[in-house]
Amino acid sequence: MTNLLVLLLAFMIIAAIVAIWTEDLLSSVIAVGAVGFGSSVAFLLLSAPDVAITQIVVEVLTLVILIRATVGREAHTVSGARDTFGLAVAGALVLMLLVFTVGVLGTLPPFGSPAVARVADAPSTAYLTEGLAKTGAGNIVTAVLLDYRGYDTLGEATVLFTAIVGAMALLRRRSRNAAPGKELQP
Amino acid sequence: MVYVLCLLLFMVGLFGALTQKNLIKIIVSLAVMEYAVNVFLVVLGYRAGGSAPIVASAAEPARQFAAGSVDPLPQAMVLTAIVIGLGVLALLTAIALRLYHTYGTYDITKIRKLRG
Amino acid sequence: MRGPSIVVRTVARWVVAFIFLYGIFIVAFGHLTPGGGFAGGVILACAFVLEVLAWGKESALAGFPFRVAKRLDSAGALLFLALALLGLLFAGGFFINVIQRVEPGQPLRLFNGGIIPLANLAIALKVCASLFLVMVVLSALRVRAGGSDADLASEEEE
Repeated sequence: MTNLLVLLLAFMIIAAIVAIWTEDLLSSVIAVGAVGFGSSVAFLLLSAPDVAITQIVVEVLTLVILIRATVGREAHTVSGARDTFGLAVAGALVLMLLVFTVGVLGTLPPFGSPAVARVADAPSTAYLTEGLAKTGAGNIVTAVLLDYRGYDTLGEATVLFTAIVGAMALLRRRSRNAAPGKELQP
Repeated sequence: MVYVLCLLLFMVGLFGALTQKNLIKIIVSLAVMEYAVNVFLVVLGYRAGGSAPIVASAAEPARQFAAGSVDPLPQAMVLTAIVIGLGVLALLTAIALRLYHTYGTYDITKIRKLRG
Repeated sequence: MRGPSIVVRTVARWVVAFIFLYGIFIVAFGHLTPGGGFAGGVILACAFVLEVLAWGKESALAGFPFRVAKRLDSAGALLFLALALLGLLFAGGFFINVIQRVEPGQPLRLFNGGIIPLANLAIALKVCASLFLVMVVLSALRVRAGGSDADLASEEEE
């Protein structure tokens, strides 16, 4: 199982490299779709069916929205002087971050033994043992999301609402001297 | 090993976000970073050989179910994170479309002067 | 003629109904099987997005008007908030599962779980309406490169 997961993550890394450094915008969007589908299969391998369903459907909508933004526009990337100093600084920064974070990763628990298995009074143990009895829901993830941690879901609904209202406010006609009732073109 | 690969995916996205000049490529890099973080969080909660945290029958004793299932808390958090990511991506695309409408290009080196 | 071909439109006519039914199933059984309000809401939005892509924005807006979608969006958020406040009013704490405390049903049946199926429904309404609004607004836009604001064709305010 671990080998399969490692293979899948390597595929996602290759697809991400293709997505970011290809010339054509449409190929870039399709490659990021491949990264998302790989991530959904990874969730299935990690025994998270809820998250896998959500990731697949959200990935499809992401692709539709991104293609809406790229089709018909100029589809070639920029030409011009390559900014080598900027590239070198960014590369050095990312390399430094990588080196230090890999050192931190050694302090994490080994893959396959989460906090709920090692620590005696982890909150998830209480969620798992008395989730069905106290909330009456069989899907413990939904019980956590809407009963034990309902406040976080309220925050999430607020953030989604704000993002959508912001997107709608940005794409509204600003000039008021157009005739009301003017039909819009698809 | 799995942790290092998730971290590498995040760094690829970060490097893309820092160096790319096309606005759509920057949005794509942000999406890649977000996928990397989601996978990392669910990997943190995985128990080797564990089953999904869904109670199939009420007859099974709770202790046995809790001993064999993966951690449900990171999964719940990642679920909200995925949907918030979609909302943020819609907002970013709206901004990008507006910028294209005003400046005529997606190239960020040409979007310099404040207009309108 | 412009627009998707007749093959796409005929297939989409049948598939939209199945997607809608699947979305309702995922939302309703969210507390028993994998799924829940978020995934179900996004699937419901996908049904409407398919209608927008196959037949154009006017046909989708005829079935699900703009102002209905806006009000459904706010109604979903307010319903969620009302369910949370119910806990405050009746059980002394914000977001307590009152229905489960007062009258617990049998485990693992469809109509138990207290507040959880209702909260699933509220979240699904909100997510579906929001994503449909975003898709309509993004596809109503016809940008010309370097145009002024008067050229920005968008949905009229209602």
